[in-house]
Amino acid sequence: MKQLSVAHLLGIKYLTKEDINLIFETANHFKEVINRPIKKVPSLRDITIANLFFENSTRTKLSFELAEKRLSADIINFSASQSSVKKGETLIDTANNILSMKVDIIVMRHPSVGAGAFLSKHIDAKIINAGDGAHEHPTQALLDSYSIKEKLGAVKGKKIVIIGDILHSRVALSNIFALKLQGAEVKVCGPTTLIPKYISSLGVEVETNLKKALEWCDVANVLRVQHERMDIKYFPSIREYTQLFGINKRLLDSLGKEIVIMHPGPINRGVEITSDVADSNQSIILNQVENGVAIRMAVIYLLAQQIKP
Amino acid sequence: MAKKTLLNAKDIHIILHRLACQLIENHTDFSNTVLIGLQPRGIFLANRLIQILQKNYDISNIKLGQLDITFYRDDFRRREEPLEASDTDIDFIVEDKKVVFIDDVLYSGRSIRAALTAIQSFGRPKSIELLVLIDRRFSRHLPIQPDYKGRQVDVINSEKVIVSWQENDKKDAVYIISDN
Repeated sequence: MKQLSVAHLLGIKYLTKEDINLIFETANHFKEVINRPIKKVPSLRDITIANLFFENSTRTKLSFELAEKRLSADIINFSASQSSVKKGETLIDTANNILSMKVDIIVMRHPSVGAGAFLSKHIDAKIINAGDGAHEHPTQALLDSYSIKEKLGAVKGKKIVIIGDILHSRVALSNIFALKLQGAEVKVCGPTTLIPKYISSLGVEVETNLKKALEWCDVANVLRVQHERMDIKYFPSIREYTQLFGINKRLLDSLGKEIVIMHPGPINRGVEITSDVADSNQSIILNQVENGVAIRMAVIYLLAQQIKP
Repeated sequence: MAKKTLLNAKDIHIILHRLACQLIENHTDFSNTVLIGLQPRGIFLANRLIQILQKNYDISNIKLGQLDITFYRDDFRRREEPLEASDTDIDFIVEDKKVVFIDDVLYSGRSIRAALTAIQSFGRPKSIELLVLIDRRFSRHLPIQPDYKGRQVDVINSEKVIVSWQENDKKDAVYIISDN
């Protein structure tokens, strides 16, 4: 019988290939569940989950919340903007206070790298990392790979290019780990200032010419330009970025093959991707969102399974 | 470990035909009836019954679905081994339909309890009946009884009843397995 090899979901780098397969198989079942007339199962009715968001989030938070509700868990929400963190409370204190209310699972987004790993060592609850700084965003990478598998039949052997701000992107890092683990070929493409120095140590090639990158790939995962994480200027202007690394319909049509377009959202329309591309048949952006709920249900269900009553 | 054959292929053949006839008695042309095989092992029995109803009794267009109850079980986190889900495949609405659950062995009744909850996700059935090949008498944890049963057996809790199907296990048979 199958179980995850980990006690928390802190990052893709801690997972095995078997873990990813198990999450995908479980997500298949939940995808069927969320397409029923009544989209809910009672599995987690005696589990309480706290969503701790120390950083803004719309999509991920909604997706986790919906996944938890579809599994019948009780949930409490917390966002740093309206909390005691502003009054100087430490992370452990905040979490311990919440745990005294008998919480079993914590879903956390935090601006600091390793916040989830830190918490998992000090607190008796399952931790799911919903993004820690520029480090990892494991559920996003899982749903991205799941969407690729759904669209192309497999991840193994496929060529994926991740385009944009690789330096600040936890989505990029988690995706690289997940794709390599499943046997895909990965390239990154973006302004050299936004490509980390160590990137080749992850077994990833760098391509600075967007057209060449697109001609090579089966799937282009387009990242958002994260203005909020850029304390200095990494490229001269948005306009220049768009001209060099923005994807538009004309560029796609010139490739002579149909590639799959992905984006983790939120989209800066007209910056990294034009509207006609984002809304085209080649784009699976909305499938990614739907799959996100199924993947998160699978992760929560599999971790909850390890909690003894 | 002792293995005793409770039913052989011929016994099962006769029982399946009887169960098919009993279903016809109550559901005539199956126009408002749907059969639901319970995953994982009820599917084989459901498929066999459909074959007999179509081939021997000329009833076509019977709606058949398969229901997985893993996420509805009451022993989640309470078992030594993790649960493994199977596919659910019900491509029709059960609203106002007569539903017949089909499973191989009825033991504690807990799976059926879970199935009763699970089926509600697909609408409100007019009625629900239960058909099982083997009814383990005196072992129920819940007030659940079958409407159609192949064979009733008295076995103690430490014994196992295993239904083997030709298409999956190479042979039609029902065994009782005991430790001593």
